[in-house]
Amino acid sequence: MSAHHPAAPVGGKLLNTATLVSGLLVAAMLAILFVRFIFGLGAVTNLNDGYPWGIWVVFDVVIGSAFACGGFSVAMLVYIFNRGEYHPLVRPALLASLFGYTLAGVGVIFDLGRWWNFWHIFWPGHANPNSVMFEVALCISAYILVMWIEFSPVFLEKWGLKAEKKKLERVLFFFIALGTLLPMMHQSSLGTLLVVMGPQVNPLWQTPVVPLLYLLSAIAIGYGVVLFETCVASSAYRRQIEMHLLQPMARVMLGVLAVFVVVRFGDMIARGALGHAFAFSLEALFFWLETICFLLPFALAGRAADRRNPARLFLAGVALMLAGVLLRVNGFLIGYDTGVGVDHGWNYFPSIAEMLVTMGMFAIEVLGYIVITRRFPVLPRAEASAAH
Amino acid sequence: MNEQNLLALEDDARIVAAADRLAMSRREFLQFCTALAATLGLPQGAEAAVAEAVAAKKRPSVIWLHFQECTGCTESMLRAEHPTLEKLILDVISLDYHETLFAAAGHQVEAARKTAMAENKGQYILVVEGAIPTKDGGVYCKIGGKTAIELVKECAADAAAVIAIGSCASWGGMPSTIPSIPGATSSPTGSSGVSQVLGKPVVTIPGCPPNPYNFLSTVVHFLTFGSLPAVDSQGRPKFAYSRLIHENCERRAHFDAGRFAMQFGDDGHRKGYCLYKLGCKGPETYANCSVILFGDAGAGTWPVACGHPCIGCTEQGVGFQKPIHSLAKLKNIEPSSFLPRIVEEKGVGASLGAAAVLAAVAGAAAGAGAMVAKNLGLSHQAEEMEKAKRDGSKANESAEV
Amino acid sequence: MATRRDFLKGCLAGGAAAAAAVVPEAACARDTLERPAEALGLLYDATLCVGCQACVAACKRANHNPAEFTTVDHLWDAPLDTSGHTFNLIKMYRHGTMETKDAEENGFAFMKTSCMHCADPSCVSACPVSAMRKDPETGIVGYDPDACIGCRYCVAACPFGIPKYQYDSPTGQIGKCELCRHRHQDGHYSACAEVCPTGATLFGRTDDLLAEAKRRLALKPGEWTTMPRGRLPAKNEKPEDAAKWKGIVDQSYQAQVGNYQQHVYGETEYGGTQVLKLSAVNFQKAGLPDLPPKSSAATSETIQHTLYGGLMMPIAVLAGLTWVAKRNVVPEDDDKKGGQP
Repeated sequence: MSAHHPAAPVGGKLLNTATLVSGLLVAAMLAILFVRFIFGLGAVTNLNDGYPWGIWVVFDVVIGSAFACGGFSVAMLVYIFNRGEYHPLVRPALLASLFGYTLAGVGVIFDLGRWWNFWHIFWPGHANPNSVMFEVALCISAYILVMWIEFSPVFLEKWGLKAEKKKLERVLFFFIALGTLLPMMHQSSLGTLLVVMGPQVNPLWQTPVVPLLYLLSAIAIGYGVVLFETCVASSAYRRQIEMHLLQPMARVMLGVLAVFVVVRFGDMIARGALGHAFAFSLEALFFWLETICFLLPFALAGRAADRRNPARLFLAGVALMLAGVLLRVNGFLIGYDTGVGVDHGWNYFPSIAEMLVTMGMFAIEVLGYIVITRRFPVLPRAEASAAH
Repeated sequence: MNEQNLLALEDDARIVAAADRLAMSRREFLQFCTALAATLGLPQGAEAAVAEAVAAKKRPSVIWLHFQECTGCTESMLRAEHPTLEKLILDVISLDYHETLFAAAGHQVEAARKTAMAENKGQYILVVEGAIPTKDGGVYCKIGGKTAIELVKECAADAAAVIAIGSCASWGGMPSTIPSIPGATSSPTGSSGVSQVLGKPVVTIPGCPPNPYNFLSTVVHFLTFGSLPAVDSQGRPKFAYSRLIHENCERRAHFDAGRFAMQFGDDGHRKGYCLYKLGCKGPETYANCSVILFGDAGAGTWPVACGHPCIGCTEQGVGFQKPIHSLAKLKNIEPSSFLPRIVEEKGVGASLGAAAVLAAVAGAAAGAGAMVAKNLGLSHQAEEMEKAKRDGSKANESAEV
Repeated sequence: MATRRDFLKGCLAGGAAAAAAVVPEAACARDTLERPAEALGLLYDATLCVGCQACVAACKRANHNPAEFTTVDHLWDAPLDTSGHTFNLIKMYRHGTMETKDAEENGFAFMKTSCMHCADPSCVSACPVSAMRKDPETGIVGYDPDACIGCRYCVAACPFGIPKYQYDSPTGQIGKCELCRHRHQDGHYSACAEVCPTGATLFGRTDDLLAEAKRRLALKPGEWTTMPRGRLPAKNEKPEDAAKWKGIVDQSYQAQVGNYQQHVYGETEYGGTQVLKLSAVNFQKAGLPDLPPKSSAATSETIQHTLYGGLMMPIAVLAGLTWVAKRNVVPEDDDKKGGQP
């Protein structure tokens, strides 16, 4: 059964270089967003009708939420596959997810041209169940709610509300189940978003199995993000790394990744789209970059001996995150508008302001992670880790 | 004849004499010559040459033949006002034979023609007005016992230049229209243009009637330079017929903006909208009516300005052939500089600043990642060494599940 | 060990969702939709078009759109593409010396760019808030700015690049051709067809327009024929139907048949479109995508409805997950029991 390891606040100062830089980025973001809401999207972004979705959608929402799959991936491992030993990883992963998703939700508002109508998406008269976007929006909103509930024991613990915490924990299993189902639904649907775009999307990324690809890659990235986070947190807080957990989890990650690679190439061969990978084009180049990043984790952490080296696990996690970024950027930006026989002559490259907002969003995440881990019981108690 | 400065000519005795002869002031005379030069599209300075030529040269002898026509071309010439035509035909040119204008008749006139031809052999200008019937040996038009075919051939033989004035002489014009009778392949009299009958290209000044200044400018060109002006494939002087009426039309802005009169008298028609939908042939008719207007009838008076669509009278195959209400086929559907290509480059690509920021962020991330990896690797090494020291031979303890 | 059995159960539950994604073409397959019987549309014959852009100007007026400047002098409305402020535009195919109209080699040709009013529009399928709707009767794909959230999924989804967003405004809307449906009750049909001097853009029922297009394809190039202008009346149009529309009914004139590509663009593409096109130049060269008869909307909705139709699959998976999670989740207060089977 799940072994529960006590968590504790890390403590320490909140003001340091990392939080200061993050704070500055957030301030810059707020300034840019002010301009955006007064003068419109065109005032700060390079968005255009050929690329209606820029990095705010692709990075802040599509990739941001994929990076936030750590919570889902680990929770699935712990509660569904009953690998209780990973329990110490649940809270930090969930925290990162909570931030990632909440910010993805907020980030959507920045990008919505007519944001004051946002509630229409949940309104029966307006909602369109045929729309993939409807499913994604509904699901992500629900998941954010579910995650706050999943994470709330941390706050209840901190504020000493024992009775409430106990009550909540009695029904928590349902939210955990829901918290496993919802990401599966919307992570796959984030891929399905591409399907209706039909021939605009390059055949390298336009496939009916795109939901499965996005789901599998999101799960794998979830583990990759946990590897990354744990290593960075340990490095930053000078804590012992939970190698005994990361090593087997890396194996699980590679397993999911292997399934992904098989589906990816099997589908390409079945559709006869492999030829596009050998075309002399930017899309083909990015396809191979993406593929290399997906395969790198095998090279970095394929052997058991390699997995004992945290540096290799860290790099494998980073490679996988990069692969996830490329898969999504390729589908939504690089490979968009490059379908067969379609060229509308549009160009897009994010403006500095756009990039600053995206960086500001990631800065909020970093800031929030630092504040909460230093003040709330999220990371495993240091001595508990050291005991292993 | 090398004079380039028109003002220097103002006191020239020849100019004074010519102006007196034309009953103009000297200034008016020079203005008239400038207008002719401008009509011809001559460069600046040429107006002086024109003035000199008109003033000093011997007036060219002109023989004017009439065949199947309505005398509209002559009437149009008669109504030219700047200067009046009687001055022109008597003082700018020497009109030695013209059936309408001659007071004399019969053998007397034919004798005058013969005399003029003999006196100016190889130097006179032959002007033909009206189509030439060719069916049945040309019996449908006879003057002094000679068919039109015989006459035109006889007069053209020793002419320095042949000018076909009006659409009828140019290609047959209205008389050459094939009636809508089943089986009809030509007009009842087989009306033809001058060049067809003579079997060689001639200068044509089509129009129904043509603008007198186009004719006059052609003659003055001959007078000034000793040669006829450059012509297009149909013999029309390029200075007058190289542009579509549509190109310089005063209603063109309405065409471009899609404002069309749909019916005579409708709102758009009253507002002066484009007449294209009413059948205006401006877009397929080459002439300078939209520039120098029609005839010499006064400011702003040419068919299109008056509210009637152009009928394309200067254009073979259009005027007298296409119904007036039928739609013109645009000849100048040329790439407008405003029309976008199928694929236009749009949007903003990578600016130097944006690319630099992205590169900087990527570099910083890569650097930070490398630092973390390096630290992790170092601590791992240290740990392994420590473990190896501590555990001695038991170094290979596995933590894997 | 219990963990092993639970692990397998977890695999079953977790795998169900993943497996579901692999079988998209199942019971909930949604066929490509067809045009409504009384669908309205346009027929654009590029060989008749003279590039006067009357339709572009008329469209701007009818939709109260401002001019768009792309030249330095800021004098002329010269959009490079349709936009949030330009719903209709004549573009030009150019090749080589551009001598001959409607020739692919060293020629040029015009192509109208405006909404095709698909039988199965991607934008309607994509819109999460039903701001894009297809009228069940006329088939006009209309836009409701009061419903729109401005997500621009429709912009990304349309294969013709038609819905466009107004990026220059804090309250930007989507702009697209709605076949002048706001003028219909006044008896005005699409402004572009109303003003077109040559009948290159013709308004009418799509069925009639398709028949007219096929009639033209059957004629010999260069042959003279009667070309309608403005609105194409139905074959046996009743006077009361004709009375609905203002303007002269018969504006037809004699024109020469173009050297057409033997294909009516929009007859089958994506299940058909209500705006049809004829061209002498290859349609792909003229900027129209080569689309299969099956619409992306059908593919997308088939996947969605297979996975989420009636929420059957999610509920089943949730039930499985809940059951497994209930067994595995141990409240933290019972920590001491941790590790006991």
